[in-house]
Amino acid sequence: MSRYATRLTMRRTYKWNGRPVSLDRKLRRHYYESMSISVEGRKDDINVSLGQYILIEGEDDDNPFVAQLLKLYADDSGKKKTAVVQWFVRMCEIPPNKQKLLGREPHPQEIFFYHDHSCENEVDGQTVLAAVNIKHIPLEDPFPEGTNKGMLFVKLLWNTKSFQELDPKMMQPLQSNASPERSPKEPISRALPTPDLSIMKRAMSSVLTRGCMSTGKINSSEAESLHSASKLSAAKALSAKRRSRAASGPHVRKKLELHSPSKDMSRDDVLGELLDEQITKEKTMSKLNTSPTSRISISIRLTPCTINEKQVSSQSTNSPDKSRLTALDSTHPTRLQLPEKDADDDDDDDDEDPQPLNHTGRTPRKREATPRRVSLRSLKASTPYTRKDSSSLREPALAAFFLPDRAEEENEESPAQSAATPRSKRKSARLVSSRIRKQLNLLDNKMDLQSDGEDGDDDDDNFVPTKIDLQSSSDEEIAARVDSEDEVVVKKRKGPQTPSRADKTRVLARTPRKTPNKKVAPTMPRTPRLANPSIPSRLTPAKKPGNVLEEARTRTVWWGGGRLHVSSIPESLPCREQEFQDIYNFVESKVIDGTGGCMYISGVPGTGKTATVHEVIRSLQQSAEHEEIPHFNFIEINGMKMTDPHQAYVQILQKLTEQKATPDHAAALLEKRFSAPAPKKETTVLLVDELDLLWTRKQNVMYNLFDWPTRRNARLVVLTIANTMDLPERIMINRVASRLGLTRMSFQPYTFKQLQQIIASRLNRVKAFEEDALQLVAALSGDARRCLDICRRATEICELSGIQQKGSGLVGMSHVMEALDEMFSSCYIAAIRCASVQEQLFLRAVLAEFRRLGLEEATFQQVFVQHQGLCRVEGLQPVSVSEGLAVCQKLGSCRLLLLEGSRLDLFLRVRLNVSQDDVLYALKVD
Amino acid sequence: MLLRCVLKELMALKEVEKNLLLVELNGLLQTDDKIALKEITRQLHLENVVGDKVFGSFAENLAFLLEALKRGDKSSSRPVVFVLDEFDLFAHHKNQTLLYNLLDVSQSAQTPVAVLGLTCRLDVLELLEKRVKSRFSHRQIHLFSSLTFPQYVDVVRGQLSLTQDFPQPTFSSQWNKSISKLCEDKSVLDILKRNFNTSKDFRSLQSLLFLVVSRLSISHSTLEEADFLEASRLTFADSKANVLHGLSILELCLVIAMKHLNDTYDGEPFNFQMIHNEFKKFIQRKSHSIHKFEKPVVMKAFEHLVQLELVRPLDSGGVCKVQREYQLMRMMLDHTQVMEALQRYPQCPTDVKQWALSAFA
Repeated sequence: MSRYATRLTMRRTYKWNGRPVSLDRKLRRHYYESMSISVEGRKDDINVSLGQYILIEGEDDDNPFVAQLLKLYADDSGKKKTAVVQWFVRMCEIPPNKQKLLGREPHPQEIFFYHDHSCENEVDGQTVLAAVNIKHIPLEDPFPEGTNKGMLFVKLLWNTKSFQELDPKMMQPLQSNASPERSPKEPISRALPTPDLSIMKRAMSSVLTRGCMSTGKINSSEAESLHSASKLSAAKALSAKRRSRAASGPHVRKKLELHSPSKDMSRDDVLGELLDEQITKEKTMSKLNTSPTSRISISIRLTPCTINEKQVSSQSTNSPDKSRLTALDSTHPTRLQLPEKDADDDDDDDDEDPQPLNHTGRTPRKREATPRRVSLRSLKASTPYTRKDSSSLREPALAAFFLPDRAEEENEESPAQSAATPRSKRKSARLVSSRIRKQLNLLDNKMDLQSDGEDGDDDDDNFVPTKIDLQSSSDEEIAARVDSEDEVVVKKRKGPQTPSRADKTRVLARTPRKTPNKKVAPTMPRTPRLANPSIPSRLTPAKKPGNVLEEARTRTVWWGGGRLHVSSIPESLPCREQEFQDIYNFVESKVIDGTGGCMYISGVPGTGKTATVHEVIRSLQQSAEHEEIPHFNFIEINGMKMTDPHQAYVQILQKLTEQKATPDHAAALLEKRFSAPAPKKETTVLLVDELDLLWTRKQNVMYNLFDWPTRRNARLVVLTIANTMDLPERIMINRVASRLGLTRMSFQPYTFKQLQQIIASRLNRVKAFEEDALQLVAALSGDARRCLDICRRATEICELSGIQQKGSGLVGMSHVMEALDEMFSSCYIAAIRCASVQEQLFLRAVLAEFRRLGLEEATFQQVFVQHQGLCRVEGLQPVSVSEGLAVCQKLGSCRLLLLEGSRLDLFLRVRLNVSQDDVLYALKVD
Repeated sequence: MLLRCVLKELMALKEVEKNLLLVELNGLLQTDDKIALKEITRQLHLENVVGDKVFGSFAENLAFLLEALKRGDKSSSRPVVFVLDEFDLFAHHKNQTLLYNLLDVSQSAQTPVAVLGLTCRLDVLELLEKRVKSRFSHRQIHLFSSLTFPQYVDVVRGQLSLTQDFPQPTFSSQWNKSISKLCEDKSVLDILKRNFNTSKDFRSLQSLLFLVVSRLSISHSTLEEADFLEASRLTFADSKANVLHGLSILELCLVIAMKHLNDTYDGEPFNFQMIHNEFKKFIQRKSHSIHKFEKPVVMKAFEHLVQLELVRPLDSGGVCKVQREYQLMRMMLDHTQVMEALQRYPQCPTDVKQWALSAFA
């Protein structure tokens, strides 16, 4: 039973207490100090006032959402009451795959300060349930024992990625910063179009000091940009870096200009920077000094002695809510190893020298923008790693100034280079160089993979990836993000406890390939009754490839990653750019808008449907990782991988919440989840592969799948994949088809040119095929899988023949032809030739009988008579009926003949499964 | 099947490496995906196996196995070889879920997996659904026996000869000598040739040789061609003709009547009444040795024939609304079989024989 009076169970009435404290004329809002809730059947009203902690009605009646009340206002009519809140999350609201990051058992009454600006922070006043007590407990202290149940404790801050120590300041009920909100003229960021400096500043400062979203009614993307502009360093560093990475990746050109946030961001950047500058002039250093020093970020001390622009940067970096940056900083090994602040200061001083150089010769506006970045860079410029970061960091804003050699520099500094791979030649084109870098990374990964396999045991926990969505992120993506992920990982690992240095160095000592897994790995509370599904690990390490040909193929067979194997994931999907872009835009827009939608993707097998969608999701996750777009869940189900369509519910639920339920129960839970309003919900992207198998007679599975996205609060994007183009028309009843909508896409089979391109891109560096051989392969079919299989087989044949005679070493026409023959030549003729005499005779008898009857079908009795005659002609001893029947059955089991059930005996009907000409041809040659 | 031998040899070689997991499934044993999945989990010794039992529902098992295979890594986990015997039967499973998943795993960067399917059907690929087929690597190996007759005889010799380490060397050399002599014997060769002509596979050969060898006893310690003759007589004998030998005269008469009916009506079905008429005509005109049986007695004899399935109702399985006498029947015997049986039937009355031979009743 519910402990709180929810709206369903009891009627509540809401009343403002007192007069409005302030009025926003522009928005016609009345701000109030407190509200009283009277519950029917209870005498005393509940009063909630600003700064108090409240419970808000949510999906789960027993665990309502917890939040701190920041603002209360009513619209003009006074009817609609709205509350602006700072959220807290319970453990159960944190995505299950992240829960393990806590590294300990959560206290049942523990909650976390929710630090995610992408989250909507306005709720309907009617959903407020009651007030609650929240106590902040310092990190080291244990949870108090024996307190009453209503009390909640907060220790840590959750920023959607990691747990961090919560600054007690954040928990303070509004004091100084409460005033801006209640001041009579409080347009806050709504005034963005007409930027009033002082207001902006105030908004800024409130954000800075409290570190939560208090910026009133602005849409989330605006909020994000403003927010990140203000808080700058950490989030900015990340996002800028991500953007730069995105810019270097091949998919960036696929993004629509409209959606690329970099444009907006850069405008906001400048805005925010301008503001910051103003702020720094006004604010005193004392404020900076008061910011808590217990944190790892040590550069605070530095700021007072540096002047002008540097202040801007350091101020922003040091503001209390910049935990992310500090985390970032702390990832830095050298920084950690320098416990002395003085040393650090020196470090920073030295590092800041290049700064003026960097922004000379730039436009004034840009100059204002750059210093902070540069100084940010300088903060962590002591290793190549960070230097690389900074260089990439600059990229977005400096797109106009982008110098090719910068890319190269980055290229050379990328960790891949360290792996003794051949140096790439200098090239000026940015795309080219970044692409090379990717490949090198890929290669590097493989090396690491290999080494992983050898030193297997000491880090076996690394190899237990737990989530499917993370699984789906491929080598390639990992390669692209290796460096960024290193940081992310460390940040995550850091969690609540102060990281020990040994731990940290261990992480950094790891190869990049391992770390991404690490993120997924740590001991996760598994559902108790499920054992660990894993294949025993191998005892001997896998083989390594030898020559070029082997490299092209053999890797597949023995240690994977061979370029020609279907499983090896290409760096990019050639020839699917258009489709990629379409899907990308679709999903991205839905994720950003927080709405739902369906898309239907069709195409014959082997045209890259699933691969493209995965690619899209990967790049979206990449951008989400860097906070370009809001975070989203990705769930994949496959119609083929379930036993019954209703299992789809179970799988979706399990992947969403790790719960297990029966199909019916799961359906009910999902229904509730997708229809209940939940402000904190992340968008869910659901990929349904092999949709046609979810067909049931009543089609309720499909109906639900397509109905959920249309719910107002569902935030569900459904991508469906199937083979047939007209599936909606063919098997769906109208109400299902109409919900699917008209967003369709069909993947055409690859053309000759495209296949050629695909193989070429797969082979890439390895020159193993002759040109015409490649063309022949490509001309054969539109199925990429088959195409690659042919190539692989041809390489094998070539290799085999290469052992016997020293050939050209390249796969030529003859080899491809041989492979083709092997794969597609009819085996029937060979089978007939190898059949025994009686079997051949029987086939001839069948033919003769067919000719006599003029039909393609005869009974066994008729054929048998013919058979006897033939035996006599051939001078063989006639066979008995039983023998004849045995012969007939044998041919039938090879499916040379099609037979009925053998119970029919003499009246068994016989048909040929091969064309008559084939049989004649096969028999005549003898 | 020959394939299996090849595979066994291959496995024996690879076992040396000791880091290969082998999962053997048979389409006849694992008749649906549910059982197959349980068997796979059992053979892989995954962790939800307790003792020899696999727990959990079908859906859970599938999810579990897929998870397990997905966790696998190319370098760290042991490769798994799936051998699917009677592969064509797996293709008949609902949705081909198992095949799809196995092939999908083999084609993606998960646990290294090899799937070998064994079947005697040449057209097995056509049974696969298109998305399953697309995941299949299109690699087929066909094993046809292209033996010639001399090779066949060599095999026979090899099969029958005793090995070197036989405890009694004298006997073994004597035996081997007799075997090689036998293999050059004309009549034995004829028998082998006939067997070879019918089918080239070794199973039929082995069943023939087994019959031969089983005739050995202490008193009869070497094989002779008579043994071969006897064995071949047994193997090549027609089962239906043998059944006919066991019939009574009355039943035989009915069979002959049916044969005549078949002749006159060119294979059209008939009923008991027609047979009875035919039989009565025969008795009235020619019969001297055969008693005039009552109709119920004839009916009883006819029912015996039906039980032996020498005669079969036309619409088998259908609910018979017709009286038994008028139910349409078909004879499951060939002309030649009837005549042959008559020839060999001991003490067959001559008038019955004549009746059978006469073109018209």
